[in-house]
Amino acid sequence: MKMIKQFIKILGCLLIAATATSCAHLKEYQKSRLNDAEMVLSNRKVEKNELNFQSYLEGASGANAGKTGGGCGCN
Amino acid sequence: MKKIYLSVIGFSIICRLSVHAQTKHDTTRNNHPFAVYTPGSGDSTGYQSRALRVDEVDLFSSYYNQNGNHSAVTGGIGTQKVTDFSSGLDLHLVWLNQAYNKNTLSVGFGYDHHSSASAAYVALNGGGKPGGSRVYPSLDWTVENAQKGTSFGIGAYYSGEYNYKSTGADLHWSIKTKDRNGEFGVKLQGYFDQVTMILPSEFIPPPPAASNPGTIIITTASGNTEVVSANGQVISSTKSGLPTSPRTTLTAALSYSQMINSRLQIMLLGDVVTQSGYLGLPFHRVYFSNTKDTIEKLPSSRFKLPLGIRANYFLGDNMVLRSYYRYYKDDWGINSNTASLEVAYKISPFFSISPFYRYYNQSAAKYFAPYEAHSPNDQFYTSNYEYAKFQANYFGVGFRIAPPTGVLGWQNLHDLEIRYGHYSQSTGLVSDVISVNLGFK
Repeated sequence: MKMIKQFIKILGCLLIAATATSCAHLKEYQKSRLNDAEMVLSNRKVEKNELNFQSYLEGASGANAGKTGGGCGCN
Repeated sequence: MKKIYLSVIGFSIICRLSVHAQTKHDTTRNNHPFAVYTPGSGDSTGYQSRALRVDEVDLFSSYYNQNGNHSAVTGGIGTQKVTDFSSGLDLHLVWLNQAYNKNTLSVGFGYDHHSSASAAYVALNGGGKPGGSRVYPSLDWTVENAQKGTSFGIGAYYSGEYNYKSTGADLHWSIKTKDRNGEFGVKLQGYFDQVTMILPSEFIPPPPAASNPGTIIITTASGNTEVVSANGQVISSTKSGLPTSPRTTLTAALSYSQMINSRLQIMLLGDVVTQSGYLGLPFHRVYFSNTKDTIEKLPSSRFKLPLGIRANYFLGDNMVLRSYYRYYKDDWGINSNTASLEVAYKISPFFSISPFYRYYNQSAAKYFAPYEAHSPNDQFYTSNYEYAKFQANYFGVGFRIAPPTGVLGWQNLHDLEIRYGHYSQSTGLVSDVISVNLGFK
């Protein structure tokens, strides 16, 4: 229960931060840099196997749009 | 906790300053500034093909090599040498439905073959099978409504290897903000796994034929037990019939991405993960302080809370900074921080080189102790160094080539990525990985 409360607090804090920073309104022509392939907000396709071995070797996982369990004898 | 709050607030202030410094106030704002294609709006004929087509095919391949000296199979000591070769493909098919919503069907298939030196020591004499293979097909169907800025999808996965079968499914949904500069996403995932109960050979009751003098019992990593006579002849062999134990993982993954200004965008990620069932592995040994060994024993439930933030910044005209931070906590006592930075330098618009560095640390789980350090009175015990206290450094470099005329002049090969990384843990484990991804259109 304590962890859930802590999680809600942190998530709330992150959402406030996101809201506070979302005041820029961008037109399409201003998004050319944001639409660059290197700017994608996700793991690269070529990182797939790296994430797999990290989940075998490390106790922490998740919050990276990857797997959080299942598919192997790891965590 | 204070550090996290202060970091988030500090980051927020930096972003606000960045917004005011670099973005002009838009006085021509209208209700639909994002130029999303809507049927009939951009094409004077109003025609758009709805036919099924192959949007993209990705082929990937990877080679992984690892060495260390803290194998969980041998109770926290012994070789961790592993080599792994994996390859696979992802196929993306696209079509428009009657309402002109974009449908994407993604079909994936992957194959791994690994060789693990410690797996041979599931048999006490090191005679077990050291290798294995894994196949993992996946399927995902997503429907996007460009006018509303929403998407909805379902996915299914399977992963099978000799000692572990996993079946998974997910539902995912996302919605863009009114100004189309932000997007909120939810993904609900469930994995329903079966762990094959392959025990170390010394814990398996010997078959009747083993009572003959001079016989040897070999338990392979796939769980088969063979009784071999003194002259090397297989007297008996038992296959399959091994019991399995279930493991369930349920995840709710939330994300929110936001364009801050014309150069900066961020994404907040938060997962809530619960696991239940058999969460250890049955062939992981633990040696107590009285030198007797047993199988690792862990609680039957685990609750994980990872929280992450990504921030990508376009610096100047040819450099992209890709950063990531994750804080992780679970009820087994592990607290962890992960931070990474990648600098993608564009040598030309179609060729970039990306050195990267990742730092990771974690505290030990309360059930971990090294070789011969556990008390026989402990309720739970493991000597798997995945749950030990350690730091890890990971660095390397990636290359990306995506010329408009195709890689090496081959029009269909629009994208080539190569990446090498070297990983080292404070436990002494080191590994190297090299990966290649080919993107075809």
